[in-house]
Amino acid sequence: MNQARFIELHEQQWLLLEVLCNEQLHPDKIARRHSRQAKRKAKHYQPKSLYEEQILVLPPELIEQADFPALYREVCQHLSLAEARRYSPYLIERLSILVEQAHQAFYRPVHVYGDSALSAIIRFFTWTFPRTVRREINWLWLSSLLFYGPLLAMIIVIQFRPEFVYSVLSPDSVSGMEAMYDPQAEHIGRERGSGSDSKMFGFYIFNNTSIGFRTFASGLLLGIGSLFTLLFNGLHIGAVAGHLTHLGYSDTFWPFVVGHSAFELTAIALSGAAGLKLGFSLLMPGRKSRYQALLDSAKISVRIMGGVAIMFVMAAFIEAYWSSTQLIDAQTKYTVGALLWLLVTGYFAFVGRRSDESSNPALEMEPQAERLTDKREF
Amino acid sequence: MLDTIKKIETPEGVELPLTCAGFYVRSIAWLLDALIQGVLLFLLGIALPSLGDFGMGLFLIAVFIINWFYPVLFEIYMHGQTPGKKVMKIQVLLMDGTLVNWGASMLRNLLRTVDFLPFFYILGFISMLFSKDFRRLGDLAADTIVVYKRSQQHIARIPHAEPAAPPIALTAREQQSIVSYAERLSQFSPERAEELALLATPLVKDLDQQSGHAASDRIVSIANYLVGRR
Repeated sequence: MNQARFIELHEQQWLLLEVLCNEQLHPDKIARRHSRQAKRKAKHYQPKSLYEEQILVLPPELIEQADFPALYREVCQHLSLAEARRYSPYLIERLSILVEQAHQAFYRPVHVYGDSALSAIIRFFTWTFPRTVRREINWLWLSSLLFYGPLLAMIIVIQFRPEFVYSVLSPDSVSGMEAMYDPQAEHIGRERGSGSDSKMFGFYIFNNTSIGFRTFASGLLLGIGSLFTLLFNGLHIGAVAGHLTHLGYSDTFWPFVVGHSAFELTAIALSGAAGLKLGFSLLMPGRKSRYQALLDSAKISVRIMGGVAIMFVMAAFIEAYWSSTQLIDAQTKYTVGALLWLLVTGYFAFVGRRSDESSNPALEMEPQAERLTDKREF
Repeated sequence: MLDTIKKIETPEGVELPLTCAGFYVRSIAWLLDALIQGVLLFLLGIALPSLGDFGMGLFLIAVFIINWFYPVLFEIYMHGQTPGKKVMKIQVLLMDGTLVNWGASMLRNLLRTVDFLPFFYILGFISMLFSKDFRRLGDLAADTIVVYKRSQQHIARIPHAEPAAPPIALTAREQQSIVSYAERLSQFSPERAEELALLATPLVKDLDQQSGHAASDRIVSIANYLVGRR
């Protein structure tokens, strides 16, 4: 078949596929086409572009009834034919761009767990996130060791050797901390006026979550970044807690931090776990190539980070609006703090288990493929 | 063979050539995005703190979102293009040529911090130099690639002319050259068109060289014949 005849025979299909691709990727274009078609029917409507002109030439029922997957495969075949028959480069280029667009529209990411973003989020937090954490629990143990280890050690050491606090903190920041949690002070916690809870909420989100993200990302450097951040933060927090306890500020410090500690400390440990997994996949790839090991572990650890981001936001919320109130007595704060720790532990221990499932992590199956072709619409 | 072209085979058995975007365009796109982020933050920084501490809190949240999620949100909702990338006509894709998903986009943008190290994307630059398709560390881990986005074009029309059979047998490549010449004719000045047509000596040597565009006309006639208008 010669090129002129080939174009003549198939051009309408190509145009149709182009319209379908555009409308798959930009659903708002469907409505716009309808309004143009209506206008066209009503009176003389001047198309604004060549593309528009061609759309209006296509019979509307052809677009409505089109079978996108079949059409896509057919145009793929046209491209192969055009290449094999050495048709002109322009024609091949046009078909190749069309196939590229259709490829993207056809295999685009969709929410497999439901129709809306909301149901995808619910699915993530009731299934994917806790299950992923359970499957990677060994990394969480490792990062917890690296984080809580120095933290507790520092608290204990400072009770006996108070001068140790200056090995981690500068004298300036030590006196700053002392001023904040001084039982004689008017406001406990970071310095603030009464109306500034919202400001601190923003600050905690910005500051703490960024630290968490960096803890994870720096894990790519063979795990060294995450390792360092975990140890450093452990020592730092331990030094502050140890020093204030030693000074006898326990009644102001501990009730303040206990509320948000469950979310915040767990989120830091999880960021570290995700970063360590990333870095160690390069160091110890097992039977995979180093690059393949990195790809596989990156996919899993980013899932953890999605959940971690939300945990940081919750920690910030509690820290800004709950921890800072002085109307509530210490006893209640300790109780709530303990309940929140139970909640976090229970969440990761139990949410997302199937009823028939044993607790053997090896039996937990990979969640469904992330990306499926959405055929429901056709 | 150009080594900036990454060929991807689709499940339908078709090969798609993707042209990888290099350091220069990507840094310009990044600069544009940084500029937009800067302006956004500047405007919010003026407007929000006037609402008092509550506004300050909102502002800090905005800083956080714009810092970390500006690229992610655009890459998801604008099909792989942040505004800067859109201006530069480049696009983030997964290595199989499909659009980025949440996981991949979050990964490549969280790992930006590492690419930035020790300062101003030095690691990312080194990674782009040594990886095959100009990929920074974030791209490598997220399995993504940044490519030029080809925009849809319409079939170039060959001007109609009386078809003429070529006087000698042409190879497939030669036929292709002649057809694409005719398709691009409107892009040449008449003089240039004539000059190019004269290069195909065996096809035009019998022509009278005096007339202005005889050779060009002849090649277009042959192109008409080759695409089958006979």
